[in-house]
Amino acid sequence: MRGVRKRFGATQALGGVDLVVASGEVHALLGQNGAGKSTLMKVLSGAIQPDAGEMRIDGAPYAPAEPLDARRAGVAMIYQELSLAPHLTVADNILLGAEPVRRGLLDRAAMRDRAARALAELQHPAIRPGAVAGALPIAAQQIVEIARAVAIGCRVLVLDEPTSSLAQADAEALFALIARLRAQGHAIIYITHFIEEAQRLADRFTVLRDGHTVGAGGARGGGEMATATVPVIVDLMVGRRVEQLYPRGARNVDRKREPLLEVTDLRGARKPERASFTLHRGEVLGIAGLVGAGRTELLRALAGLDPVVSGRVRLGAYSGSATPGVRWAQGMALVSENRKEEGLALGLSVTDNLTLSKVPTLVRPSALRPLTARWIAQLDVRCQGPDQPIGELSGGNQQKIAIARLLHHGVDVLLLDEPTRGIDVASKAQIYDLIDGLVTREDPPKAVLMVSSYLPELLGVCDRIAVMCRGRLGPARPASEWTEASLVHEAALGSDTDSEAA
Amino acid sequence: MTAESTVDNRGAPVPRVGLARRLMASPVLRKNLGAAAGLLAVFILFTALLAATRGLSFADPANLETILRQTTIVALAALGATIVIVSGGIDLSVGAVIALATVVIAGLLRAGAPPTLAALGGLAAGLACGALNGLLVTRLRLVPFIVTLGTMLVIRGVAKGLAHDQKIDAPTSWLNELLARLPAGRAWLLFPAGVWLLFLLAFAVGGLLLYTRLGRHVFAVGSNEQAARLCGIPVARVKLAVYVLGGFFAGVAGLMQFSRLTVGDPTGANGLELNVIAAVVIGGGSLSGGEGSIAGALIGALIMQTLQSGCSQMGWPNWVQEIVTGAIIVAAVALDRFRHRRSA
Repeated sequence: MRGVRKRFGATQALGGVDLVVASGEVHALLGQNGAGKSTLMKVLSGAIQPDAGEMRIDGAPYAPAEPLDARRAGVAMIYQELSLAPHLTVADNILLGAEPVRRGLLDRAAMRDRAARALAELQHPAIRPGAVAGALPIAAQQIVEIARAVAIGCRVLVLDEPTSSLAQADAEALFALIARLRAQGHAIIYITHFIEEAQRLADRFTVLRDGHTVGAGGARGGGEMATATVPVIVDLMVGRRVEQLYPRGARNVDRKREPLLEVTDLRGARKPERASFTLHRGEVLGIAGLVGAGRTELLRALAGLDPVVSGRVRLGAYSGSATPGVRWAQGMALVSENRKEEGLALGLSVTDNLTLSKVPTLVRPSALRPLTARWIAQLDVRCQGPDQPIGELSGGNQQKIAIARLLHHGVDVLLLDEPTRGIDVASKAQIYDLIDGLVTREDPPKAVLMVSSYLPELLGVCDRIAVMCRGRLGPARPASEWTEASLVHEAALGSDTDSEAA
Repeated sequence: MTAESTVDNRGAPVPRVGLARRLMASPVLRKNLGAAAGLLAVFILFTALLAATRGLSFADPANLETILRQTTIVALAALGATIVIVSGGIDLSVGAVIALATVVIAGLLRAGAPPTLAALGGLAAGLACGALNGLLVTRLRLVPFIVTLGTMLVIRGVAKGLAHDQKIDAPTSWLNELLARLPAGRAWLLFPAGVWLLFLLAFAVGGLLLYTRLGRHVFAVGSNEQAARLCGIPVARVKLAVYVLGGFFAGVAGLMQFSRLTVGDPTGANGLELNVIAAVVIGGGSLSGGEGSIAGALIGALIMQTLQSGCSQMGWPNWVQEIVTGAIIVAAVALDRFRHRRSA
């Protein structure tokens, strides 16, 4: 691929990207979210067409008009969200679109054979061709998807963040599989933002930032190794020194005053099992932990979205459980980790989304528009205007509106679930800035409870951090007393004090 | 969207723009341009066809008035159906509710009730059916398609039971004039009361959807129910209100149906719900929710009635009308999706 460009309206998603991948090579494609990785892959798979630039496979020009062309040319994509038909069997899925037919009827025996052969080739014969795909664990489903690509003879495999949903052991198995595919002469493009993974696995790498190739080199062996140390790659990805990311104003938390939010032995329907903490005005409390530890459930219970089974939630003058509507009125609300499915109504306008929690009884669009425009200006949201459907905005700009909704409503306690997931680094910095501004401002400062899986972010933004492990929330300690290593340790093993108590 | 009518990247408000451009920027107009163009095309087509082959004038004011009167029943029901569809739901019981309303009205009239009371009785029957749908959808958490498929049969059954499987004759009253052609003495009214009622209610519902909290909540629930819940919107209450309104407007449509038939017919308006849904969808409503407009639904209803009227004046048999109507529904929605994709 040379000089590939793509514009979306005013946004230059790709501004000249070069990528060369040889057969028998694992090529890591690195970059922050929003760097253009997904767009590049959509171009490669024929889902969208580039505005300029050319692509070649084995020297032959390659210009797929649709995903089917890509498959014919031997390019297969394995997306983060797997694309299996969950109700069909493994064999059906592997040979989907390439079913063997005998005398006008499906040749079931041949299908099972070929599927079994493909799985054996990947050294995963334990997956039965007759099993229903949706019933398999995610890791096995991923193998099925790779088997499909191999069975129809694809030579270029593109894996998009393949380990994001896998446990450690499954990831190891996947790495071994990728090594075998490489040995068989497949070209593999491996998209990730885990630099360590890329270093282990890849022969060479390319770094994208803001739609440009900003660096490339060999990740293992050879003279280029020197260029590929982790800090160098990070600098390439981020494009600036990381320390500047986390602004910190003077945080004056008056701990002698009554806390704004006091949670005692909170227990949800399934999770959290036990959570106690206090949150004062003017502070950011971070919650670390593994995915599935119950952090999101804690926030949802606090926001009134999930039931509280036992325990006490005292918010200012109010106590007891409540519905989401009541929580908004009391001044506490959630920004969901899942913008697309829960956070925003993507088909509706920026204004609608911003004012959703606080629609006046009689709506005067002409009065709402300037109000939205003010928030757009204040938070530097890139959009065409208050009436633009929010689904057309980038993730970072969507997130700013999701947070602005809370500010517009005037809540005191902001529950932020993975507030920077899936957004570009510039927007991240702006959101950190925004959070800092909220807790350091004078009139009166807000309180923020923030869940994040990205540890540097927690350490950089929070005043105190508590770790959740298997539904139990450990004690909150000042951020300066934590390190990434100690957070990881407690997330995996639980808090020492907690195990003593139990 | 034009660059002038927007806020620029930095969010600075831009200078005021001209009225014409502001009107074009208004979503009501912009979104319904396609449907309106479709209506115009159908209309011109039949005007030309009829003038050329039969020497009839399709654009004759009397003919237009007839089309409008004939559209009223479907259009009234479509007001409610638009709300339901925007909320992401569907109401298949509309035809049955209309039949039940005619039976209730005729029954009350025959029992000697004054016409006003009988009319209110019909509306109450619609409200009750809507409340039943709404309660089943929100309390049992069933898919609206299934709920209203069931209530469609239940309500139809109740109507037939009440009427002992017969048409109910009712004494004539002013109710029968709601959709009748105006007598010469009152021609200054332009349209009969039923059509005026449609205009009035259309403005009311259009305003409800665009300019009230309930309306915005209906859009939010239809666009993303989870996000609506997250924002503290009482989703169940909104849905209940949506189906009650849907039932109410089916009741109003039933009143008009009775006015036209002058009898209570438990087997009438069979399959009418599909015309109603088609009107909403032709007018830009999305069955997955979050999209749709009253203006669009009215245009959709008019397109279908214009087609029907044009076909029958051409002397084409019923089956041709059905094929043409079906094709138009598919074509209209396909066109709408195509425009969506291009603008996205």
